Amino acid sequence: MSRQASRLDAKKVNSEFLTLTYGALVTQMLRDFENVDDVNKQLERIGYNMGMRLIEDFLARTSSPRCLELRETADRIQQAFRIYLNVQPTISNWSPASDEFSLLFDSNPLTEFVELPADLVNLRYSAILSGCIRGALEMVQLEVQCWFVQDQLKGDNVTELRVKFVRRLEEAIPAGED
Amino acid sequence: MSEEIVFDCLHAEIVNYCLDASKDQHDLATLEYIGFTTGYRLIERLTRDGTRFKDELETMKFICTDFWTLIYKKQVDNLRTNNHGMYVVQDKAFRFLTRISSGPKQLEQAPKFVAFTCGLVRGALSNLGINSTVTAEVQTIPACRFHIEVNRN
Repeated sequence: MSRQASRLDAKKVNSEFLTLTYGALVTQMLRDFENVDDVNKQLERIGYNMGMRLIEDFLARTSSPRCLELRETADRIQQAFRIYLNVQPTISNWSPASDEFSLLFDSNPLTEFVELPADLVNLRYSAILSGCIRGALEMVQLEVQCWFVQDQLKGDNVTELRVKFVRRLEEAIPAGED
Repeated sequence: MSEEIVFDCLHAEIVNYCLDASKDQHDLATLEYIGFTTGYRLIERLTRDGTRFKDELETMKFICTDFWTLIYKKQVDNLRTNNHGMYVVQDKAFRFLTRISSGPKQLEQAPKFVAFTCGLVRGALSNLGINSTVTAEVQTIPACRFHIEVNRN
């Protein structure tokens, strides 16, 4: 239609739109809470809620069967990152008991335009990701712990997200916020 | 589209966060402001390599057609102006309202789902040098009408 429409890459715009909106939210939270830990908690909770909704979409989209072991779950998580964030984390660092693994990200779209000031070293900027994994897996009766081991925002070479299997939930608990 | 659902979920969470009853005085203004900063930054990246808009009308056209289509995945259904700084954008199936049922109770809640966009448009225009007031009006879900008033002085 007009001169600029053809030049703009919709996929890139979408991803930047998400990144910038998320950034605006984090900034707002930093204004709202004095304590950085509270911001981390809020971001995690938002991720958790999103994960609970995204898993439905994921199951419908991929018609994945039930995972029989954690390695399959790890592959599904990897696939989900590819579908929803257009990044492909590497799965590695399995624990000997195969109940713990890491997702390694070369790049993280959420932090594309972000630099952390020195006084915010405790901010887990991408806490939404760990929350998302936890929320999504809880909906398929898997309780996991999920945390950041390394973060490019803090000067590490890669961003490493660790996932640890805790237990299988016997009964589906009603969806709610923690 | 896969990325759309992620944004839709994030948007819903932002709405919940801003209107969480446990915080005092947290209202639509915060939500609008989050939209404002997003729009302000996003438009800068989008128009970085383009040529300068020649006037207000051209800028408005860009925001209400190209920009809108990129963000909301459809063209607006109607765009009008009175040629005195008032623009009305009509979207008959607004992205953030399409998943909501259309009862009177839901209609009451509608302002929550349009505030972010009001800010987004205002922020985008602001970075392009147009100071405006953006309001939205929802009469029947999922249709929505945005009024953009350019503040000249």
